[in-house]
Parts: sequence; structure tokens; C-alpha cells
Amino acid sequence: MSHKTLTRMDLSEAVFREVGLSRNESADLVESVLTHMSDALVRGEQVKISSFGTFSVRDKAARVGRNPKTGEEVPIQPRRVLTFRPSHLMKDRIAAGNKS
Amino acid sequence: MIRSELIQIIADENPHLYQRDVERIVNTIFDEITSAMARGDRVELRGFGAFSVKKRDARIGRNPRTGESVHVEEKHVPFFKTGKLLRDRLNGK
Repeated sequence: MSHKTLTRMDLSEAVFREVGLSRNESADLVESVLTHMSDALVRGEQVKISSFGTFSVRDKAARVGRNPKTGEEVPIQPRRVLTFRPSHLMKDRIAAGNKS
Repeated sequence: MIRSELIQIIADENPHLYQRDVERIVNTIFDEITSAMARGDRVELRGFGAFSVKKRDARIGRNPRTGESVHVEEKHVPFFKTGKLLRDRLNGK
């Protein structure tokens, strides 16, 4: 698959086209959305966007890891990880759009 | 936090915008990400994370109740990888 990579710029461009704010303000709004989502997640909240998906924070216990190259044991500290569960609508759209 | 709460926060921060425009802005952002992935594109949002599409090969599945083999077609699924900055923030760094 030779595909494009979209960035914040493409999202602000889409907002700019859709609502007709300035490019600057569109960029600020995209940033603001990402910041508020991140802040909620850092507070430990779930972020649930209907028909898009759910971001949730999970606690991982400490465990003994291993360096796969040297076989050396290294302790892995307990940590918080973020998981994203796509909605059915998103899964269906992605499956349909990428059908070969 | 749910979509409507996110919209409300952004609306409160931008009193010069109509609520319905804030709604369109937020919806456009999520819709653009999904549309990109539906085309097979990646969406990389530095510091937050990256959305991409992963291919799952066709396989012989099994009906767990009857043990019967079924052919499962190749399919594409959405995938999200957390960005470094957000991962660090989640762990208080």
C-alpha cells in the first residue's frame, strides 16, 4: 500500500473548508480538541466519541521483561497505557474502504 | 468525557462561535480521521498518537460452538498507537 500520511495540517484544512474560519483559528481548534482529550485521559478519564471510538487508560502491573537480544532480565515498572477501541461504524468503514 | 462534553468545553472557550459551528468543527475532525483510514491513509498527530490501518490475512477460523471450520476473508482494521508525549504524560513524566 502506498498511501498518504495526514497531519494536524490536513485536519485544520478540513475544518477551514467546512466552517470557513481562518486557517490559524482552524489550527488552534484542532489543537484544542487534542489537548482536551489528552487532559481528560491524563486525569484517568475515558474519552468516548460516539461513532468514532473509545480511548481508555489501563493500569499495567510491574513485570519482569527480557531484552530479546541479550536475554537479560530487566524489571518493567507499573505503568499506565492508553488503548483505543474503534466503534463498529469505524471498523465497517475501514473494512469497506480497503477491500481489495 | 463524551463527544457532547468535548463540544461543550470548546464552545465555552470560544464564545464568539455558534454552538452548531463548534459541533461541525469537532465532527469534521473525527470524520476526517475515519475517512483517511477508509482510504488506507495514516493520520499522524505528533504528541497525541497515530491512526493507521492494519491488514489481517485471510485465515481458517473455527466456530467455537460447533468446531466447524469457516473461511475468514482478509480484512483491514483500524489501529491507534499512543504518541510519546501523551504516553509520558500518562505516567506523570
